[in-house]
Amino acid sequence: MKRVVENVTCTFCGCLCDDIIVEVEDNRISRVRKACANGRGVFLDYDPTPGKPVIDGREAEWEDAIAEAAKVLARADSPLIYGLSSSACEAQRKAIALADLIGAIVDTTSSVCHGPTGLAMQAVGEPTSSLGEIRNRADLLIFWGCNPAAAHLRHFERYSLNAEGTLVPNGRRDRTMIVFDVRPTATSKAADEFFQVLPDGDFEVLAVLRALVQGKRIGLDSVGGIPLERLRDLTGRMKKCRYGVFFMGMGLTMSRARDLNVRELFSLTAQLNEFTRFTVMPMRGHGNVAGADQVLTWLSGYPFAVSFARGYPQYGPGEFSAVDVLVREEADAALILASDPAAHFPRAAAMQLKRIPTIVIDPMLNLTAETAHVYFPTCCYGVDAEGVSYRMDNVPIRLRGALPTVRPTDESILDSIIEAVKRC
Amino acid sequence: MSEAFILVTGRTVKQASGMHKGKDTDAYRRAVTVVEMNPEDMARMGITEGRIIRLRTPAGQVEAPVRAGSLPPKMLFIPMGPVANELVGPDTDGTGMPSFKGLAVEVEPV
Repeated sequence: MKRVVENVTCTFCGCLCDDIIVEVEDNRISRVRKACANGRGVFLDYDPTPGKPVIDGREAEWEDAIAEAAKVLARADSPLIYGLSSSACEAQRKAIALADLIGAIVDTTSSVCHGPTGLAMQAVGEPTSSLGEIRNRADLLIFWGCNPAAAHLRHFERYSLNAEGTLVPNGRRDRTMIVFDVRPTATSKAADEFFQVLPDGDFEVLAVLRALVQGKRIGLDSVGGIPLERLRDLTGRMKKCRYGVFFMGMGLTMSRARDLNVRELFSLTAQLNEFTRFTVMPMRGHGNVAGADQVLTWLSGYPFAVSFARGYPQYGPGEFSAVDVLVREEADAALILASDPAAHFPRAAAMQLKRIPTIVIDPMLNLTAETAHVYFPTCCYGVDAEGVSYRMDNVPIRLRGALPTVRPTDESILDSIIEAVKRC
Repeated sequence: MSEAFILVTGRTVKQASGMHKGKDTDAYRRAVTVVEMNPEDMARMGITEGRIIRLRTPAGQVEAPVRAGSLPPKMLFIPMGPVANELVGPDTDGTGMPSFKGLAVEVEPV
């Protein structure tokens, strides 16, 4: 018998679209409506059939796998707990409790995503807002180093370019869209104006925009590959808009100057508020990476790269961030929660994960799980389990499960590991 | 004869949908094992669509087929994933973030 579940939330990206309609037949999702090309697979490609945990490639009993994972973590001198961002806040809390218990380093996918954004926020502040405010007010949208047309496919429709809002009732016709990027993208093709920045030129362009906003003279014809006159003209339009917003992405955080690029952008946003209303919105990737920042900050005071090795939390991007810890061969065991660093870390870090005993908790047998010492197949929050995730604007969304929860949750596995570690 | 390029990695829709199918599937492997290149660079280097090229950085090297893309001259794009990450160095400049964008790479046809 077919069952229709409405207002389901897609957890693929930080948009957390909560208007998805799914059809359920024989306890499988047979059809999805409203989800984008990136999000459909979350529902249609997920197999909720319960699986057994795996130890060294062989199926094992749950209690044996829990005991083995606890033994590895309890014996490790410097365990690393990494990932968290595709799990729910309830499980993230447990992962941090486990890190506290065993004196682990805990890091999230933020460190290879918007970690530099967090550093910039700590240095100069982040003048931000909710996506609802942007939807209802923003008439100037500037996308910088991000490509939502490939990564956040419903962003234009739900929150920005095409959304019809209270003060922008005609949607696209009431908004001006500008893109800064090092290459033309599907996003830049949708824009009214494209500024192509030379690779690693973002910092200079942002610094000059800040100077122009302050009315300073610039003795250059072009900056970062962009004629100064175009930047001067843009500065005037930024000051005159009713409500402007920068959406920023990995083009700033993953290229040279990283957090310094973002500091310039955040400072520029703050300066523009002397003339009009302007905000900035980091385009968060994983569905609950914003939640990982939130939960780790509630519990430790810091958003990522935290060590509990001394019995209290210490913050250290570059020191306690996962890539650095692995490349320096400092971690002697790892627990990976809802993430796939073997696919997404530089080779040197990914290879180190294969050399140390690794425990993976994930709905899918991903590349990291394939070579893990212990693998736990868990449910998928938002599909067959309830939980809480934070949208990219740090608004918490309650996830409803479209399917009954049959597989264990990440939270329950972590709870069991915590209890087993206490018995070791 | 190799030439110097700048490499940018990033998300694509095919990479994301391949990820859902499973990273052991052909759909995922095809989605992340491709290099986009400016058509004028391809013509100058005598590289046709689908030709395998070798990319090298101090971190490692990979071979992958070429596809024409709308990129500036001397810039390459590879979807994020294990192929691109063979070329990414481990240094994070004290931030935790490796350089996934703006990598200097040497390119030669195989």
